[in-house]
Order: sequence, then structure tokens, then C-alpha cells
Amino acid sequence: MAEAMKMRATMKGDVVDVKVLIQHPMDTGLMKDKKTGKLIPAHFINQVFATLNGKTVIDAQWGVGIAQNPFIGFRIKGGKPGDKVAVHAVDNLGTKFDGEVVVA
Amino acid sequence: MNQLRRAFLKNAGSVGAVAAAIATGLLNPVTVFAAAWNSLAFTTKDLPGALKNAGYDGAAESSDILIKAPDIAENGAVVPVAATSNIPGTTSMAIFIDKNPAPMIADFQFMNGAEPYIATRVKMAKTSLVRVAVKAGGKNYIASREVKVTIGGCGG
Repeated sequence: MAEAMKMRATMKGDVVDVKVLIQHPMDTGLMKDKKTGKLIPAHFINQVFATLNGKTVIDAQWGVGIAQNPFIGFRIKGGKPGDKVAVHAVDNLGTKFDGEVVVA
Repeated sequence: MNQLRRAFLKNAGSVGAVAAAIATGLLNPVTVFAAAWNSLAFTTKDLPGALKNAGYDGAAESSDILIKAPDIAENGAVVPVAATSNIPGTTSMAIFIDKNPAPMIADFQFMNGAEPYIATRVKMAKTSLVRVAVKAGGKNYIASREVKVTIGGCGG
């Protein structure tokens, strides 16, 4: 589901600054559907990792407390324009989200 | 001793199996996630328990962890939080919110040149301390900052 992820990677001094936006409801499992009164089942991204040229730089685990349509920003030393930054995420239902961007 | 050896053999076996699976193309190495999701820590309902289950217990207060967050958040469903650790050798960083139904929000590990910095957006049920815990050089550190919430973001 590449279309669900937006990424930007730019050089800030000698550091690669990465911003990632993923479209996802991040349902906590605690909210009720206003029409039916039934609980909306938990549906959230729980594992995320980022790579620079294929090498893992960030390895993260998330709970339901990350806001809807998650945003993450991170910084990597040792990158340069033209390098590839990729982000891979998976939710609790096994849906995978992948994105890749070239450092500008 | 025996148990250690057994655990080691068991691990060695499973690593071998994974390697074989990758080699035969059963698993795409790009999408293999490193560790199992820490469901225990993420579902613990009290802060001390969540810190302990996430491996951040016994943390010393540190002013070298900088937390950027609004003093007042009008909408608890989306609260921007950014954190930087100036502690040398920082290997991981986790976010906790005391008054949320489950205090543990996220845990980030840094490697291969990643700076100990994370920006994200979290949900807050009500006014609470936001805590950022860090692992560095085999020790745990923590800092906190209060965010007042006008409208909660966890439903109910």
C-alpha cells in the first residue's frame, strides 16, 4: 500500500531529515461507533522500521497512542543526496505499508 | 547452565530456519520485522508497570532529554511531541503518557547513524505528564513535561 505513505527526505547540514506520513485510522479498540454503539475493534500500526540504503536506522514499536494518520520525523547522520530512505510498517491485522524516497 | 544452552540451541535453530526461508524466497528480507511486538508493555495500564515491562524501569531523571510539546493541547487526539536525547550513546527512546488508558505510546531504537531524535503525534486522554525515557550506555534516563488537554483524544 505505497499510496498510503508520503515521505520526504532532505539534507539539513550533514544530516538527512526524514518526514513520513501514513494514512491509517489507528483505532484504539476503546472507541464506540456512534451509530451502532458497538466498540470499533483495535486497528493500528504496531511495527515500523526505516532504512538508509538498505541498512536499518530506526526500529520502532507503536501502541494505540500514536495519533490517527501517523507522522514521524527522524534524522540520520552519514547520508547524502541521492541516497535511498525506505520505511516499512505493518499493522495488527498484518497489512503492510512501504515507502521509499531519494534524499534531495 | 543447561537451560541457557537449550535456549541458545533453540535460538540458533530458529535463526537458521529464517535464513533458509529467506534463501528459498519464502520471506522477503525487506519486510521482516526484527522483534516481536511487546504486547505486554503496550497493554499495561499503570505507568510503573509499563516502564518495567518496556525495560525502562529505574530510570534517572535527566535534563539532557529535551521534550518539545505544546503547554496546552486543544485537541487530545493529535498532540505533536518531539524529543531529542543529548545523552552520549543513546540507543533507544520511548514515549509514555501517565494518564492514558495504556501509558506506553511507542519505542524507537536507533542504529547505523540515526540521531537520537523523534518527532511524532500522540493521543492524550486528558491533562498528563508526557515522559520520554532513554537507554544509553546500559542505563535508563527519563524526562517529563506536562501537557494540558482541553478535549481528550481517547474516546469513551
